[in-house]
Amino acid sequence: MLTATAIAVDGLGFAAWLFLSSVGLTLIYGVMRILNIAHGGFYALGAYSSAWAIGIYTATGSTVALTFLLIPLAALVAGAIAGLIVERGVLRFMYGRDEVLMVLVTYAVFLILEDVTKLIWGTQSYVAWQPAFYFGTVEILDIPYTVYKFIIIGTAMAVGLALFLVLNKTRVGKLLLVVIEDREISGALGINVTLFFTATFVVGAILGALGGAITAPEISVSPGIGAEIIVLSFAVIVIGGMGSIGGAMIGALIVGFARAASVHLYPPAELFSIYLVMAAVLAVKPYGLFALAESRKI
Amino acid sequence: MTKHLDRTEIGLLIALPILILVAFALPKWIVNYVHVSMGTGLVALGVMIQMRAGLVSFGQGLYFCVGGYAAGMMAKFLGITDFFVLLASGIVAALVLSGVLGFLLRRYREIFYAMLTLAVSMILFGLLSSTEELGSTDGFNLPTPSYLGWSPEGETSRLTLYTLTCFIAIGCAIALNRFLKSPIGYVNEAIRENELRVEYLGTSARQAIHITYTLAAAVSAIGGVLWALPLGHVDPEMTNWTTSGQFVFVSILSGTGNIVAPLIGTFILEIVRVYAVEISPNTWQMILGTVMLLTIIFLPKGLWSLLAKKKKLDTSASQNAPAAGE
Repeated sequence: MLTATAIAVDGLGFAAWLFLSSVGLTLIYGVMRILNIAHGGFYALGAYSSAWAIGIYTATGSTVALTFLLIPLAALVAGAIAGLIVERGVLRFMYGRDEVLMVLVTYAVFLILEDVTKLIWGTQSYVAWQPAFYFGTVEILDIPYTVYKFIIIGTAMAVGLALFLVLNKTRVGKLLLVVIEDREISGALGINVTLFFTATFVVGAILGALGGAITAPEISVSPGIGAEIIVLSFAVIVIGGMGSIGGAMIGALIVGFARAASVHLYPPAELFSIYLVMAAVLAVKPYGLFALAESRKI
Repeated sequence: MTKHLDRTEIGLLIALPILILVAFALPKWIVNYVHVSMGTGLVALGVMIQMRAGLVSFGQGLYFCVGGYAAGMMAKFLGITDFFVLLASGIVAALVLSGVLGFLLRRYREIFYAMLTLAVSMILFGLLSSTEELGSTDGFNLPTPSYLGWSPEGETSRLTLYTLTCFIAIGCAIALNRFLKSPIGYVNEAIRENELRVEYLGTSARQAIHITYTLAAAVSAIGGVLWALPLGHVDPEMTNWTTSGQFVFVSILSGTGNIVAPLIGTFILEIVRVYAVEISPNTWQMILGTVMLLTIIFLPKGLWSLLAKKKKLDTSASQNAPAAGE
């Protein structure tokens, strides 16, 4: 019972973190058909800027409560700047090229971003634990959990709900669905496709940075976190079906619970249980659970 | 006999004695880089032959690692140090694994292929990182190899290993050159152009890809063994996706126009890395990324296309070469 509760809560925590980290990836793929490896770079930028900002702020000795504004702000600034530079500076010259080529291009961007973070913040690690313990802990069946964990879960649900509402209930969302359906026709109808692309990419980048920023208080932010998250979030979105927001949510839950289960039942399996689940899903559904059927083109 | 060899093969055969003589003429540290980059160069070749079919493997480090670990485990657990047995065990391990995985991977193309090869290599990474018996993330050491009962020491050992590595690397390159000109090699190019038509013509695209994948795995495993033995060490980093990314980088940079290109590309990369890391350690990846972007934008067929254009020889070679990721 104790283990089951631990798996349930930890699984939910992992899932929330995974969803926040990978929803930007699936959004960008869904709209632009770009599997953005640079997403790992955005995640790292978000994590570093958040940890750095929290560090500087708490050094002044002011109340920790305001750091909860600092985290989304850091993600917004880091994601928007990096996303705009990458989209306007590199990707827009590449639209319409092959999908695999875009993977290579974004991989190159990822490599550059890795060193940009190193140049800005150095190679030492940053620890910004203050927000994580500000609200203290709650006990569920004698196991203490930080309230911060539940804040992350709440944020993940809020982000998911917001994206769902924007995409399905607003005019912008409807237009975006049209752009996804057919770029050329929607351009001919007077929709500014370029603007939609730039906006989607920047929003995706901000979401990636938010994933990093909100995780920063729980971990030690050090070089290499971007390379780790990109393979994890790929597993998440491929399980759910690439380009589907709901799929990313289901994928995050599956991966989150698989990881939590192996952490509590058989720790050595933690790293590869995720990919095992992914391989199992793909063996049955080759393009993920929620992938739309695509006709074979001659 | 020479009339059966094409220019590339003759070039490789001429390069063989030169490569071996280099070991006596050049300073030791350069020879070491040549030695090591022959191992990694073979993995880049494995990436390159898949690229000919339009498939980008972002997890070729898997077989690089399988080769190294298979050889290492033979030595560690069975006490075998014979070079040829170690090499054979690496190849067999890679053939078995890729034969099985091929059934899954041959169903996928494009980004799915890229990302699934990546995921599979990360399974091994996770597995090895958490296996205490194999030294977890630290890996373990390999012994100095012996050769059919003969166990040389010191300088002789180093030179023997180097000479054998040269022979094997050149042999693999010639074999792969032949493969690219074999029926399956041409089927691969047809798959890149239009897979559906390949099927209409009565050839199984999946089978061709399966064979190519297994072959690439075997060559990468040979590379893994040849890389691990001179260094005397293996660790899970060999199968991390960042390692695989570097093999992809080399194939993009050098292009797929010629089998020699990735080998030379790997060596240049190794040498540049030595200086770049020394001068400014934190911008090495930035340099890689920038060079990769510039290559994709301005030289989509890689550096080799410059050479091919300049010489104006064998125009088919440069035309056949696919642009990166197409």
